Amino acid sequence: MDCIKSFRDVKIRPALIQLLNLGILICSALVLWKGLMCMTACESPVVVVLTGSMEPGFRRGDILFLHMNKEPIRAGEIVVYNVDGRDIPIVHRVIKVHERKDTGEIDILTKGDNNPVDDISLYSGGQLWLNRHHIIGRAKGYLPYVGYLTIIMTETPMIKYALIGVMALLVMTTKE
Amino acid sequence: MHSFWYRANAVLTFGVTMLAAMCTLASISDNFNLPSPSAEVKILNINWFQKQANGNDEVSMTLNVSSDLSSLFTWNTKQVFVFVAAEYETPQNALNQVSLWDGIIPSKEHSKFWIHTTNKYRFVDQGSNLKGKDFNLTLHWHIMPKTGKMFADKIVMTGYRLPEEYR
Repeated sequence: MDCIKSFRDVKIRPALIQLLNLGILICSALVLWKGLMCMTACESPVVVVLTGSMEPGFRRGDILFLHMNKEPIRAGEIVVYNVDGRDIPIVHRVIKVHERKDTGEIDILTKGDNNPVDDISLYSGGQLWLNRHHIIGRAKGYLPYVGYLTIIMTETPMIKYALIGVMALLVMTTKE
Repeated sequence: MHSFWYRANAVLTFGVTMLAAMCTLASISDNFNLPSPSAEVKILNINWFQKQANGNDEVSMTLNVSSDLSSLFTWNTKQVFVFVAAEYETPQNALNQVSLWDGIIPSKEHSKFWIHTTNKYRFVDQGSNLKGKDFNLTLHWHIMPKTGKMFADKIVMTGYRLPEEYR
């Protein structure tokens, strides 16, 4: 009987309000992300640097803000590109550009500032140039260290689950 | 109300907000720097100039680059990436940009430099259009900040010309 009584004591209304607040939080984060996607015309407006190939400019765990516009890509820009058959995007600098007169199609060669050679060996077999459709975005802004949290979380998922658990618990138990 | 977690949250939020504000201000302050860099690039020698088996022209040259980029550095500058690119137009291509040499300037003390080098990256055309070609040498720089927005600009130097014959 006691057990049933304690269930009855749980007040439905505050619990629903709590749940609603959680929903609003998640939705606003989503709106922010999608809004940023629209503004920058980029699939992923923020990327985390995963390797040291652009050191000492960008280190592992730094984040880059990307932008993609219609302006042509030129040598010297830092671009993020995806190669066919690889799912992890690469952040490197453009060192050569050839732009066709009739079609406007563009051939790009990239290289990491800290790498001894250019990226041809990273491209998929036989590919000598990147084209416009390989480019996901161009780096415009930089913030150090902030991305390290996501690196830790993707590499040791236990920490991620623990963090999500603690946050969920806090949201559920907060009474304001 | 004034529990430990409530206070911890308030302190953390305040700290992060302040940090974000300081990063933003540091990045905005870069806009007040009006740099006046100078550069000179000389071609000392065309080492060799030939057509590859696949039909593309390739040239090897010795360059002398002297530059003063000290005015680019502000308190928010981590490093300046600098490179020299050959830029020209061909019948097929509206623009060709080929990086010939690049370097990283880590601090203001190293920003006045003078370097004597052969081209670090291969100067290969898409096709065979380099005989007697007029081209520009452009010194580009890319300012990489400690935090915030990145800046880039260039100095275009005109009036360079490749030889009429392979050698």
